[in-house]
Amino acid sequence: MLKITDLHATVGEDNPKPILKGLSLEVAAGEVHAIMGPNGAGKSTLANVLGGKPGYDVTSGSVEFMGEDLFDLDPHERAATGLFLGFQYPVEIPGVSNVQFLREALNAQRKYRGEEALSGGEFLKLAKEKAGLLKMDMEMLKRQVNVGFSGGEKKRAEMVQMGILDPKFAVLDETDSGLDIDALRIVGEGINSIMRDSGKGVLLITHYQRLLDVVKPDRVSVLADGRIVQTGGPDLALRLEDEGYDAVMAEVAA
Amino acid sequence: MSDTATLPTRRDEAWRYADLGAIAKLGTAGIAERQDITVAVGETKRICLIVGGEVPDVTRIRLIVGDGATGEVFATSAGDDYTRLEIEVRLGKGAHFEFGGVTIGGGDAVREFVTTTVHGEADATSNQTVRSVHWGQATGNFLGEIKVARDAQKTDAAQDFKGLLLEAGASANAVPQLEIFADDVKCAHGATVGQLDEAARFYMAARGLSPELAQRLLVQAFIGDAFVGLDDEVERERLLNVALSALESAKL
Repeated sequence: MLKITDLHATVGEDNPKPILKGLSLEVAAGEVHAIMGPNGAGKSTLANVLGGKPGYDVTSGSVEFMGEDLFDLDPHERAATGLFLGFQYPVEIPGVSNVQFLREALNAQRKYRGEEALSGGEFLKLAKEKAGLLKMDMEMLKRQVNVGFSGGEKKRAEMVQMGILDPKFAVLDETDSGLDIDALRIVGEGINSIMRDSGKGVLLITHYQRLLDVVKPDRVSVLADGRIVQTGGPDLALRLEDEGYDAVMAEVAA
Repeated sequence: MSDTATLPTRRDEAWRYADLGAIAKLGTAGIAERQDITVAVGETKRICLIVGGEVPDVTRIRLIVGDGATGEVFATSAGDDYTRLEIEVRLGKGAHFEFGGVTIGGGDAVREFVTTTVHGEADATSNQTVRSVHWGQATGNFLGEIKVARDAQKTDAAQDFKGLLLEAGASANAVPQLEIFADDVKCAHGATVGQLDEAARFYMAARGLSPELAQRLLVQAFIGDAFVGLDDEVERERLLNVALSALESAKL
């Protein structure tokens, strides 16, 4: 579904700094692929480059998504093609309600794909179902996007958005940060119920094993200094947790 | 704002940011006309206006609000040429004045609201909210003068201005002027000018909204503040729709 080949990217306009330095990675349909790595390795940069965030510059390499050249698509077209970017820090949008935002977003995506728009009633029914899945009150969906939400509520709201938009592929950037144990389980189970499907894929960026206990990844890759340095099964995450990045990476270097 | 026998100049505070070329075209007669509206004791009167068009337009209103009465003015200014809405308000005891205004547009037009709110008696309140969204070489102005007389104790007057500039070259001016002679009053004013939130725009794009749709939603939320006090959904939609239609010619 997602094939990243020798990706190089810089951040910053005036004084571009190389962050991704030849990253290659493939995620197949039906696969949950966890990315772990030390701070500053380029994990968030990878997520932002895939999403098309301004300020990041791809200097070489390619990304194929659902058979298309990802970089031929604008950020909103990537979303409509089926890419969902879960934010580490979801953005507040004062004056716009979740319901309005998500209905506009879903219908914009549907229009792009040549599908019929959902009516207000149909949308509310869908929103209610997906909010229930994440144990979120509909009242919260009537509130302004992320305004006044706690860190945990923002992450839960991200998952409700993912449920409603029903993407083919999710790139989740530290979705577990700022969550308490209960919220972590709810979010993890949300990811399972929304994205565990033979036709879908997930790139799960995380620092901790605790989310992986709930969302059992099929494969785990270690991202260090802008490259994937090791890929393995779920046991790789356990080893990282026990031994630390330095030990595992030293082994790779040796 | 006395009736003008001669054309105003930049030295006149209330005309400092006006388009004097457009005013010369209108002439003294063109800017002299004023509509007087009285709100009787205890009553409420609401005026919803869409001002501006293809030629310069000056609208002047004098609103006399009786004791315990409420006068409300809501306006969208989205014309293609110089547009000025001037409101002079005289508040009775315990009266209220509510103003919500939006100036929006591109080109090189100046669109302005000029209000003079006279709190002549005790216990009156006033609340004014103006939002200006501009691009091109356009300018949005809010000149708000508040006069509180010596006997107008417990006056509560508020003014809030926010400008949103979609492009370098556009500008916004806020000129609050407070003249207070009473000692037990609350007069608040705030003014900010900024640009669209880039983080919000990317967040919206990442959820599938095109740049046009994202801008429209953000501008809609921004100008919505001006009509929060408008308790009539049909009128609110009408004023918002005129403003959002104007946005369609905006640069992204």
